[in-house]
Amino acid sequence: MNLLVCISKTPETTAKIGFTDGDSKFNEEGVQFIMNPYDEWYALVRAIELKESVGGKVVAINVGPASNDVVIRKALAIGADEAVRINAQPQSAMTTAKYIADYAKEGNFDIVFLGKETIDYNGSEVGSMLAEYLDLPFFSYASKLEMDGSKAIITRDVEGGQETAEYTGSFVLSAAKGLAEQRIPNMRGIMMAKRKPLNVIEPTITEDLSVVVKYELPEAKSGVKMLDADDMDELVRLLHEEAKVI
Amino acid sequence: MDTITADTKHHISSKTDQYQHHDYYQIDELLSEDHLLARDAVRDWVKKEISPIIESYSEKAECPQHLYKGLAEIGAFGPSLPIEYGGGGMDEIAYGIIMQELERGDSGIRSMASVQGSLVMYPIYRFGSEEQKQKYLPKLGSGEYIGCFGLTEPDHGSNPSGMTTSFVEDGDDIILNGAKMWITNSPVADIAVVWAKGPDGAIKGIIVEKGMEGFSAPEIHGKWSLRASITGELVFEDVRVPKSNILPNVSGLKGPLSCLSKARYGIAWGAIGAALDCYDSALRYTKEREQFGKALAGFQLTQKKLAEMITEITKAQLMVWRLGTLANKGKATPAQISMAKRNSCHMALNVAREARQMHGGMGITNEYPIMRHMMNLETVLTYEGTHDIHLLITGMDVTGINAFK
Repeated sequence: MNLLVCISKTPETTAKIGFTDGDSKFNEEGVQFIMNPYDEWYALVRAIELKESVGGKVVAINVGPASNDVVIRKALAIGADEAVRINAQPQSAMTTAKYIADYAKEGNFDIVFLGKETIDYNGSEVGSMLAEYLDLPFFSYASKLEMDGSKAIITRDVEGGQETAEYTGSFVLSAAKGLAEQRIPNMRGIMMAKRKPLNVIEPTITEDLSVVVKYELPEAKSGVKMLDADDMDELVRLLHEEAKVI
Repeated sequence: MDTITADTKHHISSKTDQYQHHDYYQIDELLSEDHLLARDAVRDWVKKEISPIIESYSEKAECPQHLYKGLAEIGAFGPSLPIEYGGGGMDEIAYGIIMQELERGDSGIRSMASVQGSLVMYPIYRFGSEEQKQKYLPKLGSGEYIGCFGLTEPDHGSNPSGMTTSFVEDGDDIILNGAKMWITNSPVADIAVVWAKGPDGAIKGIIVEKGMEGFSAPEIHGKWSLRASITGELVFEDVRVPKSNILPNVSGLKGPLSCLSKARYGIAWGAIGAALDCYDSALRYTKEREQFGKALAGFQLTQKKLAEMITEITKAQLMVWRLGTLANKGKATPAQISMAKRNSCHMALNVAREARQMHGGMGITNEYPIMRHMMNLETVLTYEGTHDIHLLITGMDVTGINAFK
């Protein structure tokens, strides 16, 4: 099978979040970056497992600058066969989807994988846009994917239950928890990754339709207020006037 | 013991390992892509495999033997040896970083890997015949064989040249007699690289295999340190070993000493890992714990401790990075390695002791890793050349005068 996995670079989960340029841009200063866990643990690993069982090739693709190469190398170290970096600063879900679609169109891929969302902007948009650009069906939030010959059996998490679909043909799939289990690359994989191809290509031209104007952080949570156990009146007043729960 | 017994017998901690990266001087910028990938991979592995079980194994003084296989799979055995001989084909800085991340988890687990890679695989690779390399190295690299290293004796620790373990020749074999002490991995080891004096008095390295008649490896009990790492003796009573098991390409004390240089280099990096874990825990704890109406981290005495810890850690990080750069060029001298080993171990122990106090009463429990690191580091300060011996090595190096005897 010919498999494409979209991988994204996201801030590490404990990173301090701040903004620059009049609160219109995420401040990357001093932030540690990782591969988006939904892309890495579930999408990439399931693609590698499929390749291991039925043969084929796994290509990892990322849209970003050269500083993303370390994340891409990790995908190769975990087991992708080759990688592509589209040399552009990601702007919006639409441009990212368009760049990847323009590459994927030429690649004759059986399945295009990606995580259900990135853990930074949580847009969950690239998958559906990518499917639209490629004119392929889209299976979102997949927690299970099995192949029965050329037929794919996909289980999706839906509110309060699960939905199972079958499909024969190429498709786009976004991965949720459960699709696979995290694989930690070993030292040999890391060294082999250096010899695997990482091709850098320039983006196709796409005009962005939207622009981010402003980010805001949630208000800092106030601490717990301690009251005298006997002062019931004050407790009721605070619950009523400040917490506004009664 | 297999994993299933391990799981039922041992308490699996539900507490998440919250360790975060500390890089005050942006030393990451001095590292390559492989170094960063190696560090993250081993850190993930430690969080997944070591952190949840280590307090329980340490408390029960049991070796989590299932981790030998995991250490092999991640590539912690001989990472800087060539791939064709079971290693990882990485450089010396990668080796150091791997040791640091393992020791961030536990010094005993790092010791399991140090011994296998630097004291067993390395001498066979460096001094062994091609046949010996083919026979043992891939199996050691994959964890199918566990190895140990026998140099120290009950009466000869800091003075290994006084060893009494010896062999005589008998046709195509040698007959080995003597005893070795404080041998990491020995009770579970399949092979031992043993250093012994031959008929001409020259020290030779000999590969002794488990099951050879007259060879035993009793466990040493009662350690209050490195409790999750298994330690034993090696006892040889007229053990007949084929001459083909002698490492052909070295004679004299430089054989074992070159292995020790390799292991000490790993310890110089490793101990910083234990210090980082103590600092990380102390920083988080003192920012969360309040007394007198504010976080402990807001008091000057706490800040003094934290500031000194991160300063000392940063100095040690820079020292081992430079040592690694020299080692990659084959230019790190044994004396330079001694200085870094001594500095890192002493620094780490001091950080652990300060961190212990900063955790108050909680610092003596297994809710936090501090006391375990602190007890482990007493060994790390002492083995592979004691704190004082390394000082004398530096002293001799700068004065040219031997003050050992």
